[in-house]
Amino acid sequence: MTLATETTGTKASNEVVRGAFDLDWRDLIRTGAILAAGLVFLSLTGMPEGLDSRVLIDPFLSLGYVSLFWLPLIVGWSVANEKVLEGMAATRKSARDVVAGGVVGAVGGAGLSLLIALISTFDIRDPLVNWNESTQAFLSFQQGTSFGIVACIALCAGLGAFGASLHLMPRKVRRAVVSALLAVVAVAIFESFLVDVADPLSFLYSKTGGLIPLWAVMVGVAALAFTLLGGGDRIGKARSNYQTLTGPAKAKQDTILIVLSVLALIIIPMITGKITQELLANVGIFLLLALGLNIVVGLAGILDLGYVAFFAVGGYTTAVLTSPNRGPDWPEWFPTMPWWGAFLVTLLMAGLVGLFIGAPVIRMRGDYLAIVTLGFGEIIRILFLSDWLNGYFNGAQGITNIPPADFGLFEVKGTDPRSVFYLVLVFAAISIYVSWRLERSRLGRAWMAVREDESVAEAMGINTVNVKLMAFVVGAVLASFAGSVFSAKVGSIFPTSFLILVSIIILVIVIVGGMGNIVGIIVGSVVLVGILGGPKQPGLLAEFSEYKLLIYGALLIWMMLQRPEGLVPNARRSRELHQDEFLQDAWLKGKVDDADENGNGAENGDVAPGLAGGAS
Amino acid sequence: MSDATPILEFRDINTHYGAVHILKDVNLAIYPGELVCLLGGNASGKSTTLKTLLGMVTPTTGSVVLDGEVVNNQPTSYRVERGITMVPENRRLFKRLSVLENLQLGAYLRDDKDGIASDLERIYTMFPRVKERLSQRAGTLSGGEQQMVAMGRALMAQPRVLLMDEPSMGLAPSLVQTNFELIQQIHAEGIAIFMVEQNANMALSIADRGWVLQTGRVVLDDTADALLSNPDLRKSYLGEVGSP
Repeated sequence: MTLATETTGTKASNEVVRGAFDLDWRDLIRTGAILAAGLVFLSLTGMPEGLDSRVLIDPFLSLGYVSLFWLPLIVGWSVANEKVLEGMAATRKSARDVVAGGVVGAVGGAGLSLLIALISTFDIRDPLVNWNESTQAFLSFQQGTSFGIVACIALCAGLGAFGASLHLMPRKVRRAVVSALLAVVAVAIFESFLVDVADPLSFLYSKTGGLIPLWAVMVGVAALAFTLLGGGDRIGKARSNYQTLTGPAKAKQDTILIVLSVLALIIIPMITGKITQELLANVGIFLLLALGLNIVVGLAGILDLGYVAFFAVGGYTTAVLTSPNRGPDWPEWFPTMPWWGAFLVTLLMAGLVGLFIGAPVIRMRGDYLAIVTLGFGEIIRILFLSDWLNGYFNGAQGITNIPPADFGLFEVKGTDPRSVFYLVLVFAAISIYVSWRLERSRLGRAWMAVREDESVAEAMGINTVNVKLMAFVVGAVLASFAGSVFSAKVGSIFPTSFLILVSIIILVIVIVGGMGNIVGIIVGSVVLVGILGGPKQPGLLAEFSEYKLLIYGALLIWMMLQRPEGLVPNARRSRELHQDEFLQDAWLKGKVDDADENGNGAENGDVAPGLAGGAS
Repeated sequence: MSDATPILEFRDINTHYGAVHILKDVNLAIYPGELVCLLGGNASGKSTTLKTLLGMVTPTTGSVVLDGEVVNNQPTSYRVERGITMVPENRRLFKRLSVLENLQLGAYLRDDKDGIASDLERIYTMFPRVKERLSQRAGTLSGGEQQMVAMGRALMAQPRVLLMDEPSMGLAPSLVQTNFELIQQIHAEGIAIFMVEQNANMALSIADRGWVLQTGRVVLDDTADALLSNPDLRKSYLGEVGSP
């Protein structure tokens, strides 16, 4: 870090010193216009206005305003971000950056002001449902349009300038300020969750919801103090120490970490309330699904967009074998059995269906395969919904009264999410172990070879069709784990539980987490299902559930641009994908040889501390 | 040579891609321990010959004979198991897998753990550079190192015949020479080598025999020395490639 500033410092001393207003105006106005478009778009989605009723700091701040006005802050920050062009630092940190941030913010704010003005002049509510007075009132802070028009520009300019000014602060102060802000917002947003985890914390919040202002300040100060006293550095240091470990020392650390996290996972549900337990159970079910899909997509490279089909087969097989309410057309002799028996049959059934669907599909490659699997995913759901099989699966009415899974000593049922979670935990442990072993097995290597280069794999003597089919079947069986638990958990299943959206979300988990990386998949399921929520399961941010798809989409785009390797990258893969940046960094620092880890670390820390901190 | 039985043989092979006739009545024979090469310009059917030998393409008529047995309908894995191995064009390593994983994949069809371990050791002594880079991703190696890994990967299958598709393609000129030395070194261990090359001068200088393929037909079949001095070949083909 010091080296970098020195280099830029000497370079800058040769430059003609420019005034605070000597800016690249065209560039700023363009960025400002993009910001304006973003702000107007967000306002018109109705999300900020819809979230206005959710108070964060009573009575000053609502989630609605946070969900809109984070944008000028981030854009202001990124405008002032040091531009690195072919290894040369083109701009220098100075007061000019703050002006630039302010200008961009003001242009963005002007977009909102224009929106406020236009809403009262034109009426285009027909295509845009949120083109209405309540949006206008929300944007004007309920103070009348003329106030709103001025306030929007001023507020956005202020936020843009503040975002930019983060650059001028010393690194330590910047991190402290950012973590204080994030801490306050997080503590406020996760109100219901925190109270559920530890009831005594409710003193922080007012009766009508939202943090009490005094405590908001206290939380901020605590976070500030923690960072200033080096808490964050110490964590970072411990992490990088761990990452550089190799051999037996690493194995020892790994064992300790695994034992600790398993203990934590066993103890946490005992002390928390139902909301958290339910959440953990949902995360677990999606984790099971994602682990299975990871074998298909991450290891074997088969882009399966119809993965939900196997989840559905698992769910329905278990339901049919355990519920008294299955369709009337099943023959007399068809057995009803306890859950664990049904579970074993389900595994077999899912494997067979995997084979059956896989056999015709697997001979295709790339895009064709993706589209065909998409089709099969829908076919399975529509079969369960159809009139033709109505007598077996009850069509849209679904199968109800699925009994809980009875293990003698304890029962796993939906009304007791803790039991579901423990069952899921056992299955997740099995799945993780299986994935981990497979990745290092001969079969796992064959999968990866097929993923990398199918024709060469064939030339090595790998029977590519069989190997790919095997991945499909293993994936199917792992998905049926989840399906089986799911039907015991919810007690009734319907075709609408298995929409294509489920496939997409599982795929997004795998991609966001980091393809082919088990830790990444765990983080991915926690972030997506735990925080944002599954297709039908509310997450921590239950308020956002209506706008979930918007957020998923934005997250995916951001990931593809900034971190194509996933949230928890495998260090080497990350280096491959960011090789250019890494080389630039190394060159700038003048130490190409041993700059790997430091270079990457600084890179990630510098690009977006807000976003990176928010995600982890 | 003609009194021994060939390991691999083409008898009147015709291969089609759809309606396009690629190989026309091709006859080839590879005897144990030979170094032979197949020459030919672009689109003359060289790669198809390799694919047909390895069973990735099935001939329309004629027979592929392995140790005296017709193997037309046997899959690639059957032939690899019996000692036919290919080093693909441009090396084509599994780029995101480690060097070790690449080598292990070469031995995919073997299940003798001790044999695999001792073959790995043999490859490490042959290419000390490879040993240094075992845990590195194959895609990050230099061209020469990748060539070593590609050879090592093929040797892990314990081949009797090594099929090499354009071994000098995509290599820096200085590496081409090293590469041919490498091929001779492998050949010296008693492994037959069937090399498909465009660099005719270089290939013929180390080969025992050679064939020249033109639009799917074998037009010349002779010893390497005879081919090198063949005036037709010199004019039409070697002259075109030119002295390097």
